[in-house]
Amino acid sequence: MSAIASKVTKIIVEKLGVDESEVTPEASFTNDLGADSLDTVELIMEFEKEFNVSIPDDQAENIQTVGQAITYLEENSK
Amino acid sequence: MAFKRVVVTGLGAITPIGNTVEEFWHGLSNGVSGAAIITKFDASKFRTKFACEVKNFDVTQFIPRQDARKMDLFTQYAMVAADEAVKDSGLDLEQINKNKAGVIWGSGIGGLKTFEEEVINFASGDGTPKFNPFFIPKMIADSASGQISIKYGFRGPNYITVSACASTNNAIIDAFNYIRLGRVQVCISGGSEAAITQAGIGGFNGLRAMSERNDDPATGSRPYDKDRDGFVLGDGGAALILEEYEHAIARGAKIYCEIVGGGMSSDAYHITAPHPEGFGAFLSMQDALEDANMKPEEVDYINTHGTSTPLGDPQEIKAIEQLFGEHTYQMSISSTKSMTGHLLGAAGAVESVAAVLAIQHQMVPPTINLFNIDETIDPRIDLTPNVAKSKKIDVVLSNCFGFGGHNATLIFKKI
Repeated sequence: MSAIASKVTKIIVEKLGVDESEVTPEASFTNDLGADSLDTVELIMEFEKEFNVSIPDDQAENIQTVGQAITYLEENSK
Repeated sequence: MAFKRVVVTGLGAITPIGNTVEEFWHGLSNGVSGAAIITKFDASKFRTKFACEVKNFDVTQFIPRQDARKMDLFTQYAMVAADEAVKDSGLDLEQINKNKAGVIWGSGIGGLKTFEEEVINFASGDGTPKFNPFFIPKMIADSASGQISIKYGFRGPNYITVSACASTNNAIIDAFNYIRLGRVQVCISGGSEAAITQAGIGGFNGLRAMSERNDDPATGSRPYDKDRDGFVLGDGGAALILEEYEHAIARGAKIYCEIVGGGMSSDAYHITAPHPEGFGAFLSMQDALEDANMKPEEVDYINTHGTSTPLGDPQEIKAIEQLFGEHTYQMSISSTKSMTGHLLGAAGAVESVAAVLAIQHQMVPPTINLFNIDETIDPRIDLTPNVAKSKKIDVVLSNCFGFGGHNATLIFKKI
């Protein structure tokens, strides 16, 4: 697991209170990990803070799964 | 239409002197002070460096961490107190009509810590707004009643009352009224507060309302003592299950006591100072007695508002003497804030539980830290100094007064 993937997993475990084993690349925040819309907003904010990036709303809408978050952050974080 | 009777069938408490009802009563009956140096933040630069905090509170023992983090501390206290009360009541949540079950809660402020943290976070940044999506739902004071209703599925009336330190008495009066009217069968009522924060301590210090007895926190809250120098802020909450009498009888519930009256008034005088002659306090107690159709002589014990402020304590005593006349010197009076500190909007919650327990145990909890009674107070008045007292108690009156001039009084009666 890349350093980014590992940090993303840690944030998701922390915020959603799920088990690390559930945080697979295919896992959807809302469908698989029990997040509601506010949880998803909070996750995006945590990613922005942790990786020092600004994720525009239209991009954030496309981040629905763990894998999509990791890919986006790998491509955009400094 | 005849009013229905309203009884108390469950209790919960998380207080500076005990994290359950049993521990709370142990603290009350033994005259324990809940005051100590503040641990929640570094208060070394504040005028007041002590408060009555809840001790050894681990929310994850009660609420999963991922849920708890979406609740301000005052809501966490609400959930814990409500849970103890619901369990204590023995209510069968599958059997009751949840459309006739309400939650009417009291809080004077709400999520102060949440508000403070978010604003500090914003102010320390570069001006880019990064407010947490849970900021507002955590901070708003009604989140306590909302969260309780979600947990138990109670779909009846749901709101909180805000009248500063009278908040919970107003909440209980509302719950009492809806049940009396037959609109609600069961109601979780009570209140919670978590204002021991930098803004809370700093703000009340700004008002010069709090004790600054930093060298001896345990004696800081000393209602009716001549050297009292202000109230001591307390955190926590308490819950009461209010239930329609026949509903409680039908399910064979344990009944603690009956609520027989609620009185309300306003000082219409000053935003923080109480009316110097206690006129609003007088009206509130008079209104409660009228509501209960009782004579002053029937009251055995008054749990006073008695916050330990120089201005507040004597005006309430004046009002009592004026309303109760000679009976003032026959009954017992005490301020349990001497032990718990002042829980602001939750004061009425913990003091209602204290009133109910006083009836249950036939014992008046004391006013501790009474070293030298204020000379303006008639020495014939039994302030229950320092030690709890066994007494035949059929009727307890409990007062709460708040900034804004709000006064609210409850009357509890042995059944």
